Amino acid sequence: MITDNNQCMQASEKEIIEDFSLFDSWEDKYEYIIDLGKKLPALDEKYKLEENQIKGCQSAVWLVAEYRDGRVFFKADSDAVIVKGLVSMLIRVLSGHSPDEIINAKLGFIGEIGMRTHLAQTRSNGLLAMIRQMKNYALVYKTIRTKKTQ
Amino acid sequence: MTVSSPISPVFDVYAIRQAFPILGRMVKDKPLVYLDNAATSQKPLAVIEAISDYYSGYNANIHRGIHTLAEEATGAYEATRHAVKQFIGAASGEQIIFTRGTTEGINLVAYCWGRQNIRAGDQIIISGMEHHSNIVPWQILCEQKNALLKVIPVTEDGELSLTAYQNLLTDQTKLVSIVQVSNALGTVNPVKEMIAAAHQAGALVLVDGAQSAVHLDIDVQDLDCDFFAFSGHKVYGPTGVGVLYGKRALLEDMPVFQGGGEMIKEVTFEHTTYNELPYKYEAGTPNIADTIALKAALDFVNATGKADIRKHEAELLAYATEHLENIPGLTVVGNAKQKAGLVSFVIKGTHPQDIGILLDNLGIAVRTGHHCCQPLMKRFNLPGTVRASFAMYNTKQEVDKLIAGLHKIIKMLL
Repeated sequence: MITDNNQCMQASEKEIIEDFSLFDSWEDKYEYIIDLGKKLPALDEKYKLEENQIKGCQSAVWLVAEYRDGRVFFKADSDAVIVKGLVSMLIRVLSGHSPDEIINAKLGFIGEIGMRTHLAQTRSNGLLAMIRQMKNYALVYKTIRTKKTQ
Repeated sequence: MTVSSPISPVFDVYAIRQAFPILGRMVKDKPLVYLDNAATSQKPLAVIEAISDYYSGYNANIHRGIHTLAEEATGAYEATRHAVKQFIGAASGEQIIFTRGTTEGINLVAYCWGRQNIRAGDQIIISGMEHHSNIVPWQILCEQKNALLKVIPVTEDGELSLTAYQNLLTDQTKLVSIVQVSNALGTVNPVKEMIAAAHQAGALVLVDGAQSAVHLDIDVQDLDCDFFAFSGHKVYGPTGVGVLYGKRALLEDMPVFQGGGEMIKEVTFEHTTYNELPYKYEAGTPNIADTIALKAALDFVNATGKADIRKHEAELLAYATEHLENIPGLTVVGNAKQKAGLVSFVIKGTHPQDIGILLDNLGIAVRTGHHCCQPLMKRFNLPGTVRASFAMYNTKQEVDKLIAGLHKIIKMLL
């Protein structure tokens, strides 16, 4: 089952890479990301709390996670649409997977689609902080699960 | 007597651009349009070569060596001090202390002057448009000393409320620390009048000149400020060197900053006597190369002509503002009567970060975010702004590219 899920994570990445391979200009790429951002459902206002906000971003990014049946589900929102689009792709790839899969995810697709610059460690950029936070959630759920089974 | 100065026929922006190697580069396959000058300006070849000349020609530690290289290095280092003295109109070179930058200058005053002179119940006034580096050092001092930090409010236009300022000045006020040109709004504050008012109330004034030193003519004696701090890297010089000017009596009375070599006269295990000004505040081996190169930057500015540069930048600012205001949904943040060097704006329905990311794809560098002025952004209820800031080498064609880029981007975002 874990193998299946792992393949499904790779399949999501592959799909995204394929989508982006159709674009030959930066405008097309970004219009697609902007579109993804606009289509990502807005997070309910009750979740837009400081405790759910990812620090170190120029834009506000909120992330909430839920653990169900051994899998982690993410919802997120941002007040900046490009970040929201990038976040939408991360959710597509990571959400619904086991903590281990999320922790070990390489997320190579970000580089493949030419968005590696968004991982640059500058104060203005939240994508890296976002990934770190998603992995932190996975780690927390893994720890809780391990403790329960002990 | 007329106040208008004729435009020098020698000011040729395209010739000036030739002196800045970086301006020839491409970003994302497009010619770089660098409009982030308020963060740091680009460096002319003369500055880059001054650093390299020092290391390849006369690298030596300064002041103590008696060999030829040490003499040459010391001479060049002290020549910068003289150039800075001229640049800001100080009475003597002893009042010019080299720092790492504006931030260190402000911290030096907070640490040395503040710890000696601020007592419980005293008040320090700053303004609502200060950079974090002119807020946090005073907060730390006020917490340590149980003193109060007061803030001059900012009007809707992005000016300081001078009536409110007058009301804040009391006999408890010991220091006013204000920015001359706002890095987030471009507002030029009437610091000369504000200094006179502070002095009448018996308070000292520190002027944060990080943005103003490159755009305005600075005469610290005419301003009558007690301290003036600025950074080399915003006046076309290298990073890592800045200047703190202080009135002589204050600098003489203040306790030392850091202990170490250079700042001492005599050391025994029982007691140390300190060196005279300005060395008393310059412990350790300083940033020799960058300090030497700062002179090349100031020489470059002087040779180009500060009045001509100012005129050129004012034209760019007016041109950019006019065209930005024609963009539907765009609001200029900060409409002070006196502005210098930059324009900050927001576009309805878009986030500044999205604008910045997309402009970068057009090879256009702007700054987006809170500009290290979070309280000011809160005042305007904004997450941040987009800021285009100008230097002597920017052109109207570059402003046109910015405007065209924004039109294109808005279509993508909305």
